[in-house]
Amino acid sequence: MDTVLLSRLQFAFATFIHFIFVPLTLGLSILVAIMETKYVRTKDETYKRMAKFWGRLFLINFALGVVTGITLEFQFGTNWSRYSAYVGDIFGSLLAIEATAAFFLESTFIAVWVFGWQKLSPKAHLTSIWLVAFASNLSALWIILANGFMQHPVGYVIRNGRAELDSFLAVIGNGYAWNEFLHVVTGALALAGFFVAGVSAWHLLRKQHVDFFSKSFRIGAVFALIFAVVVVLVGHRQGNFVAEFQPAKLAAMESHWKTEQGASMYLITIPDAANEGNSLAVGRIPAILSIMAYNSPSATVKGLKDFPKQDRPPVGLTFVSFRLMILFGTLMILAGIMAYAIRKKPVDAPRWMLRALIWTIPLPYLALEAGWAVAEVGRQPWIVYGLMRTKDAVSPLATSQVAISLAAFFIVYILLAAVDIFLLAKYARKDPA
Amino acid sequence: MDLGTIWFILWGVLWAVYFLLDGFDFGIGTIMPFFAKSETEKRIMYNAMGPFWDGNEVWLITAGGVTFAAFPGTYAVMFSGLYTPLMLILFALIIRGVSFEFRSKVDCPRWRALWDTCNFLGSFLPALLFGVAFANIFEGLPLDQNGIFQGNLLTLLNPYGLAGGVLFVLLFVHHGALWLAVKSEGDTRTRAVGLAAKTWPFMALVIVLFLIYSFTATQLFANYLIHPSLFILLLVPVLGLLASCRCRRKGRLLAAWAASAILIGGTTLFGVVGIFPALLPSSLNPAWSLTIANSSSSPLTLAIMLGVAIVFVPLVIIYQAWAMHLFRHPVTEKDLGYEEAY
Repeated sequence: MDTVLLSRLQFAFATFIHFIFVPLTLGLSILVAIMETKYVRTKDETYKRMAKFWGRLFLINFALGVVTGITLEFQFGTNWSRYSAYVGDIFGSLLAIEATAAFFLESTFIAVWVFGWQKLSPKAHLTSIWLVAFASNLSALWIILANGFMQHPVGYVIRNGRAELDSFLAVIGNGYAWNEFLHVVTGALALAGFFVAGVSAWHLLRKQHVDFFSKSFRIGAVFALIFAVVVVLVGHRQGNFVAEFQPAKLAAMESHWKTEQGASMYLITIPDAANEGNSLAVGRIPAILSIMAYNSPSATVKGLKDFPKQDRPPVGLTFVSFRLMILFGTLMILAGIMAYAIRKKPVDAPRWMLRALIWTIPLPYLALEAGWAVAEVGRQPWIVYGLMRTKDAVSPLATSQVAISLAAFFIVYILLAAVDIFLLAKYARKDPA
Repeated sequence: MDLGTIWFILWGVLWAVYFLLDGFDFGIGTIMPFFAKSETEKRIMYNAMGPFWDGNEVWLITAGGVTFAAFPGTYAVMFSGLYTPLMLILFALIIRGVSFEFRSKVDCPRWRALWDTCNFLGSFLPALLFGVAFANIFEGLPLDQNGIFQGNLLTLLNPYGLAGGVLFVLLFVHHGALWLAVKSEGDTRTRAVGLAAKTWPFMALVIVLFLIYSFTATQLFANYLIHPSLFILLLVPVLGLLASCRCRRKGRLLAAWAASAILIGGTTLFGVVGIFPALLPSSLNPAWSLTIANSSSSPLTLAIMLGVAIVFVPLVIIYQAWAMHLFRHPVTEKDLGYEEAY
């Protein structure tokens, strides 16, 4: 193991754990804001209790999202100092804007919301949760604009031995990044929908607080279905972007080795990277890869063999992550349809449906994590696509330093994530106040 | 004034603001195991920080982000060179952050004791290590010509670095005691004021010793000796120090806390002005220091970021001040009864 691999593992692990908590923050902040809006509009106390019940889960989840987020910002400097020095002119400014424009707003008004029930008018209190929802999603935009620069660098010029900003508008108008943002946020909204629907289903199975959890279920189910569908549409567009700007990633996602016109897809494929091919490929669907990538059945899709070996991403992991994302995404649509179908009187729905919906809670989590694995592993061997290789980006650290910190990350993050998930489960089962 | 200099000042100010805000959280966390006499008093201490600690910590993220945006060369060396202390600080901040949310969620004394320990370590360690780190920066880091840090954690734990650590801990304990006094009533307030009063002479002594040490062991006074008018800046922390004592004696606790904030901000800025125009002076060779000239971003980035700062920083100050005003009242037993209380 060398410093590069250890640093990659550390960043991947830290981001993976961080991202267990981020999407629920993004999505649930909006759902809680909607519940409180209903309370302020209708004066129906149920909605106030809903905002408080789901808000408490939001906060337990938020705590770990915040603390695991801080380390990420500093890891660019600690472990990727050459990268930081090389692209900091652009990348650093996006992170700094994220902090000044979004994090302050989010962290200040979450406290105002939590502690302000007795001190603020209902409208002012409602405003604070909308500001939190807005700021959370705004911070996602800035961080994904930064990630978008790593995926598809634009608006820069190589000067003074580094990448310098040439056009700020090009950097923040990066179409790849905006679509990536929409893909993540719609996924997060679907996730929050399944979370609320699933937890509600648990209570409805036990016929407790039926009115409260039926209302919650309805909101969750609508979000789950709408955004399970929208995330796929946006994801298709993301595939077009990948095809256009990161053809090697696309080829790895499909384990597509030979350049073909009207490229097919196979339902079952087993990649064999060592022999530059697939050891198994059955269930051919003609032309579908060309259609998915370029919206045209006759388009040519470049195969991995036509990329120099040193420019190819790891095929196995990229391929498997992509397939898993598609699988979980498909299941989400099916589960979303089911939830939507029973939304009017979920308590009377067949028990297996409610039980199944509890078990769908992990689906969007797995889909989102798998999607990030596609995005990040598929970008390799580049840290900034086409511009800087990951192996050239690492800090001049001793292997032992990174090995120790990686071990610490493993222990601390797994323990804290376990505690947080335990508390979420504990409080999700509690009666609403 | 050129853009690089403006950003150098803003860089120093952001770190100063971070220390003067999160400093009171660190202080309260550090004194908690020795100060709190009961579970209720502990909860008063947690809730005295409750609505603020998260917003305070964003100043650290911003200070880090601005270092990255305005001085990427410095950011790269600062955080990779100070790898181990920074990792310790980050893990400490993590266990502190979750302790607020986790502690009250399971009704079991051992569970609470666990998170109390985390909150203490998560407050004391960053206070100490930030002091050590910044004292080392003020003194100069062993950076070679490629900006690679030629040292380890023990290099940083030199006498001057440790003196900086002790100084920060005392500053924050004093600061935290005053904030606790502002945010509590009755016996808690009386004892918090008493603790601030007891800490004050030690803190004043360490400040004086630290200045003498800086004068003899570092180049920190070079800029001041070249431009003696800069010595006026030293008046800021000195006035803060004296005013915090005077206001406390008069019972004007919020003013005493504000004076303590000026003391912390002024102390940080004293060092930052001392190292100008370097952000990370090299102790091996001054030519190898990371300075405004060799580590800043392009003029375009600096200009855009200045625009962002001019718009957002005042806005942040306004709504954070509003939130502080909203939650200015002492924590009462009634406040502890609400379900959202920590």
